[in-house]
Amino acid sequence: MQAIKQSQPSGQLSFARSDNSTLVVRLSGDWHLRHGLPGPDLVLKQLDTAPKPARLTFDAAGLGDWDSGLLTFLLGVSEICHTRKLPADWSPLPEGVRGLMQLAEAVPEKAGARHEAAHSSFIEQLGREAISAARSLDEFLAFFGEVTIAFARLAVGKARFRRVDLMIVIQDCGANAFGIVTLVTFLVGVILAFEGAVQLQQFGATIFVADLVGIAMSRDMGAMMAAIIMAGRTGAAFAAQLGSMKVTQEIDALTTMGISPLEFLVLPRVTALFLMIPLLCVFADCMGVAGGAFVSVTMLHTSLRSYLIETKHAVTLTMFFGGLFKAAVYGIIIAVAGCLRGFQCGNSSSAVGDAATQAVVTGIVYVIVACGIFAFVFNVLGI
Amino acid sequence: MATTHSTIRSSDGKHVSVPKFPKDGPPPITVNNLTMAYGTFVLMKDVNFTVNHGDIFIIMGGSGSGKSTLLRHMLGLIEPAKGEVLYGDFNFTKGEPLEREEMLRHFGVLYQGGALWSSMTLAENVGLPLGEFTDLSDAEILEVASLKLALVGLKGFEGYYPSQISGGMQKRAGLARAIALDPEILFFDEPSAGLDPISSRLLDDLILELRDNLGATIVVVTHELASIFAIGNNSVFLDAESRTMIAHGDPKDLLAHSTDHRVRTFLTRGGEDAEKSARNHG
Repeated sequence: MQAIKQSQPSGQLSFARSDNSTLVVRLSGDWHLRHGLPGPDLVLKQLDTAPKPARLTFDAAGLGDWDSGLLTFLLGVSEICHTRKLPADWSPLPEGVRGLMQLAEAVPEKAGARHEAAHSSFIEQLGREAISAARSLDEFLAFFGEVTIAFARLAVGKARFRRVDLMIVIQDCGANAFGIVTLVTFLVGVILAFEGAVQLQQFGATIFVADLVGIAMSRDMGAMMAAIIMAGRTGAAFAAQLGSMKVTQEIDALTTMGISPLEFLVLPRVTALFLMIPLLCVFADCMGVAGGAFVSVTMLHTSLRSYLIETKHAVTLTMFFGGLFKAAVYGIIIAVAGCLRGFQCGNSSSAVGDAATQAVVTGIVYVIVACGIFAFVFNVLGI
Repeated sequence: MATTHSTIRSSDGKHVSVPKFPKDGPPPITVNNLTMAYGTFVLMKDVNFTVNHGDIFIIMGGSGSGKSTLLRHMLGLIEPAKGEVLYGDFNFTKGEPLEREEMLRHFGVLYQGGALWSSMTLAENVGLPLGEFTDLSDAEILEVASLKLALVGLKGFEGYYPSQISGGMQKRAGLARAIALDPEILFFDEPSAGLDPISSRLLDDLILELRDNLGATIVVVTHELASIFAIGNNSVFLDAESRTMIAHGDPKDLLAHSTDHRVRTFLTRGGEDAEKSARNHG
């Protein structure tokens, strides 16, 4: 009778041969999950050592306390016995262990239930991503069309939403966004002025900082910064609100009541953002100019009066209204992207998070694409 | 309130004051050859049944057998892969969107979690359909909303938001909203899920009251045996394994006469032995 002792952190596992064909697995000590698990591969090694055993049994006389750590080990052993068609005698094990083993093995594994990890090649992934990106544009345009139809219905008095909802969204994406827009656009004005001043100082033309900041803010930066802030702030909020309404079946409740969720939820949000972003843009333009003036007055020693006069000369009404027009378009894009992602949300809390992320990404990407298109079109039109 | 005469504005602005589903007309709900599928995965096929006037019709089956999905198909939230759902003689599956929307106004639906609109108070929740589809003034709407809330035992909670009340109360408020327009057909998705036995029993009583006093036809998705026998007088049994319906009829008759062991096992909570031992314990 040969015995090999394996030292284990918790329970002790040792092997013996009662006769040449029977392997005795001796379990002793306390088998606790938290002290680490001995793997069933030790048993496997024993089964491969000559003389090869034809039967397996246990000796649990020295077994102390045990928990599911022991069960995990035994299930591993049981699986080995099954694959090798090795008869095993489980009777020496405590009754509780046998009961739980039976329970674990009572329902056979359902064929096909286990998901095989699918490995796809880089090319395949690239293709999938490209297709889904194209589809995303498709969905955006389709949804945009539905929203347009809903607005047409609103215009002829067939669509309805609650006025109070519109007011709440207006407050949220208008007045409540003032603080962050102030901070960001003031700093953008400061940065533009700084960058310009360093270059213009070389020619002694620091007064043109006013032109630089004024034109940049009114043409593009005011609208763009307002749009990016609103995409992160309000677009994400729209997606999260509608997404969680989907999870809690509130959107289904509207549908089955014969109320179109598109009209009831999307119209106030798009309207509010469409109305508020141009106002924020005006404010952003002003704050940007204020930031530029701050740098010019404190560092370049230009007088505030001459700075403002220079700004007035540089900025035309066309530029200013061009900026407002862009802002209104960005507002629609952000609101539609946010609502679309909310409606597409899956049925879990993590899906709501994904929807919010997707809303911001879609919103900002489409805003920048639109900005590029505007730059080209305005250039062609000579604006 | 003997029968429902819903005064609802129809899409052309006229007032309809006749029952949509007259008692001598065709059965209110007919499901023909319905196949439900997610993409290529067929969840349930060949589902056929009719629901008669004043029925409390139970859709039952084990977890994952597609009970709630069937309900969503009946409500038009999911389009069927094949087959059709008829309300009266109106083919809901093939209907025009506007006609379908109009039909939906004759329904009331209670969702699993209540699905109250979280940004509105209970009174606003109940009042929204009234404001949308009737010509009542705001004061009258509030009055009707209070009445509906009182009917479900929530008198005095008009100003509460859904997040301020318990799950059972949310469900009852959801019911108040579902009956806001005195619907002729009421759908309940797992009404007793998440409720304690007493609340669940009270909800069952409420469902019976609504059927008797409102004259509504009721469809209930549930696997709660106590409810099934207490309120159901007609049913369909969905089986996840064979992916079709395997029984149709009064649940009490099914218990007494069904020879299908799957139906028997379900209705006796795992077998006659289990039932006997439960009786002995009781």
